[in-house]
Amino acid sequence: MDTATPHATLAARPAGWTGVVADWSSDQRSFKGASWGKVMMWIFLLSDTFIFGCFLLSYMTVRMSTTVPWPNPSEVFALEIFGTHMPLILIAIMTFVLISSSGTMAMAVNYAYRRDRRMTTALILATALFGATFVGMQAFEWSKLIHEGVRPWGNPWGAEQFGAAFFTITGFHGTHVTIGVIMLLVMARKVWRGDLDAQRPGALTGRRGRWEMVEIAGLYWHFVDLVWVFIFALFYLW
Amino acid sequence: MSEIAHGAGGPIPAAEVPEMELPHPHGWWSTYVFSQDAKVIGIQYSLTAIAIGLVALVLSWLMRLQLGFPGTFSFIDPPAYYQFITMHGMIMVVYLLTALFLGGFGNYLIPLMLGARDMVFPFVNMLSYWIYLLAVLVLVASFFVPGGPTGAGWTLYPPQAILSGTPGRDWGIVLMLVSLCLFIAGFTMGGLNYVVTVLQARTRGMTLMRMPLTVWGIFTATVMALLAFPALFVGAVMMLLDRLIGTSFFMPMLVEFGQQLRHGGGSPILFQHLFWFFGHPEVYIVALPAFGIVSDLISTHARRNIFGYRMMVWAIVIIGALSFVVWAHHMYVSGMNPYFGFFFATTTLIIAIPTAIKVYNWLLTLWRGNIHLTVPMLFALGFIVTFVNGGLTGLFLGNVVVDVPLSDTMFVVAHFHMVMGVAPVMVIFGGIYHWYPKVTGRMLDDTMGKIHFWVTFLGAYAIFFPMHYLGLLGVPRRYHEIGETSFVPASAQDLNAFISVVALVVGAAQLLFLFNLVWSLRYGRESGPNPWRATTLEWQTPQTPPGHGNWGPELPVVHRWAYDYAVPGVAEDFVPQNQPHPAPGHAAQGHAT
Repeated sequence: MDTATPHATLAARPAGWTGVVADWSSDQRSFKGASWGKVMMWIFLLSDTFIFGCFLLSYMTVRMSTTVPWPNPSEVFALEIFGTHMPLILIAIMTFVLISSSGTMAMAVNYAYRRDRRMTTALILATALFGATFVGMQAFEWSKLIHEGVRPWGNPWGAEQFGAAFFTITGFHGTHVTIGVIMLLVMARKVWRGDLDAQRPGALTGRRGRWEMVEIAGLYWHFVDLVWVFIFALFYLW
Repeated sequence: MSEIAHGAGGPIPAAEVPEMELPHPHGWWSTYVFSQDAKVIGIQYSLTAIAIGLVALVLSWLMRLQLGFPGTFSFIDPPAYYQFITMHGMIMVVYLLTALFLGGFGNYLIPLMLGARDMVFPFVNMLSYWIYLLAVLVLVASFFVPGGPTGAGWTLYPPQAILSGTPGRDWGIVLMLVSLCLFIAGFTMGGLNYVVTVLQARTRGMTLMRMPLTVWGIFTATVMALLAFPALFVGAVMMLLDRLIGTSFFMPMLVEFGQQLRHGGGSPILFQHLFWFFGHPEVYIVALPAFGIVSDLISTHARRNIFGYRMMVWAIVIIGALSFVVWAHHMYVSGMNPYFGFFFATTTLIIAIPTAIKVYNWLLTLWRGNIHLTVPMLFALGFIVTFVNGGLTGLFLGNVVVDVPLSDTMFVVAHFHMVMGVAPVMVIFGGIYHWYPKVTGRMLDDTMGKIHFWVTFLGAYAIFFPMHYLGLLGVPRRYHEIGETSFVPASAQDLNAFISVVALVVGAAQLLFLFNLVWSLRYGRESGPNPWRATTLEWQTPQTPPGHGNWGPELPVVHRWAYDYAVPGVAEDFVPQNQPHPAPGHAAQGHAT
């Protein structure tokens, strides 16, 4: 079906740009060695990039269009911990957690290709746990801001677009993370039960289980991480 | 290059992708309703799109009745008129044209033309249709809610789209935005399938540069849609938030009936940028599949290989890329920085170059061709004429100084109806007349088809050509009634009445087409597998209509490009793509099977 052919079975292809052109215009497949599912995920992520890109550009536009001063994110997202005033501390921890989850995900993919069910399951679960922690901290952050009077239509410190952009963008990203966590839990179950070894068909789609699915799930997860880096830089640090 | 032009054979490569496992249907429901077969999904998409298109047709009648005979129909008050405009525009552009070209033709033709068994992810493909249907139902629901559908104009510009006073402000606009979001989600599922199928699931021998131009057009349009729809999605989500929970993304500070609204500080122009970043590629999302299909129709029915295939492909790709950097030519009068107009006018005019290449190549394909004036060919020729006509007025409107006085007049209405209304619809008709035999095994009735074509084609000119003059006189668009002005002569009203009468006649001709679709299903002439004697793979299937999986036990192997018509030295005037080359040395005797 859509399993990838090992590279060794393909004829030798030219290197560099000549190779790219040769691949694209070649027979049957434009991306040699990439399965249907993987190509589909990449193209989906490209499309999703445009969604987040539009959100971030819109946020920057309203930040420039409003005449009211923008609240200072370092102060808004500061916490008092043991009497110390620490700007952006929660966001720093959240970022650290999410980046760490990318690490465990990469290791899960590695173990998946070694067909190591136990380690793969453990690492996918660890990734999901990091992801859930991230969403949990985001929920804490939301409730803290709501307690302080931040609303999508206004806040005590300045431009009302601050709350609108904050809740929309982090909400959209948090939804992505949540969907990712659910997907990882399903995947962990598949790996643990041996569905991927047994090529058991999926409940909805009827596609046979393949170890590559772990990598495809990983692509999505890394993408969600990468998006966070941009949100972090453009919303919290600016 | 010579390999493509002459199809100089070469060894047939081994299959790189193992056979696909098809989700076979169990019983009636999974065969005809919840089918995972791309062909059934394509037909479902087409029928749904045609059904909602009929609603848009009736709306256009109502608008024309009001414009032609103002004051005669009391139920068409100004709010109703705005609702008709809005729904007509949105349905035609998104729910009819986009869905029919990509969801309908794309689903049916891509796997067949590429020699694939099906789309790569049939389940996701099925889901795509059902979400599209849901989007259509939500849209239709807005006719039945209190206040009716939104009357914001199809561009849905804020702030007026969500201010009280605009029709459908309470429910209509919300349902419209939700419906658009659903449509985009559903389309993404289908679109990913089309793109991956084209890139990764072609049969042996089907290189990208041997694909029929229909597939090239649909493929490029789908890639564009996957990158352009996100902007509309984001715009729709943010406007929903503005409307429902009171954010101010697009809402500046406003006073309404002496009351200051809670909104403030948002950017209305931001929505226009987001909308047109989607909206302009959307024009080509509709046009590129039309370009592709018309190329194949002309080549087949003129028995002539397409002129400059490689250039045609590059023109499609370049138009697709350029269409992402021209969006603000819809915004010359929006109040954006005037210097932007210079940039966007330049890119807009540049896009005329690849488009002109395509038109010249169609003409050169026809040149000294053996032209058969079949119904699909008539529609293809009708497309070229209307498209050139609409394209030329596009050059007028692309220039800032010409656009500013013409903006918001009937000239613009005439322009875009000609170029992206009439022209793509012509191709849809041509495509349906061309592929109906493959879908049903029967020909559509020729006489009804010719009547349909001539009434539609001449009628479209009678409707939209005079509209240019109305626009030059300064008749504004979006007006419920012109009334007394110092600059519009009374004769403009006579012209409006004439246009309205013709519009009713042209609409009636579409009912003849629908009757033909149903009548021929039962009484049409048996077509056989390849009535047009065409070369592309969909005509070479073992069964007509093709069964689930399209091909027999073996997938076809492609030996040549899609345009081997009237090849010198060959007895038949066409050579199917899957016919092998004769052994070396026998080439001169020809090879007719």
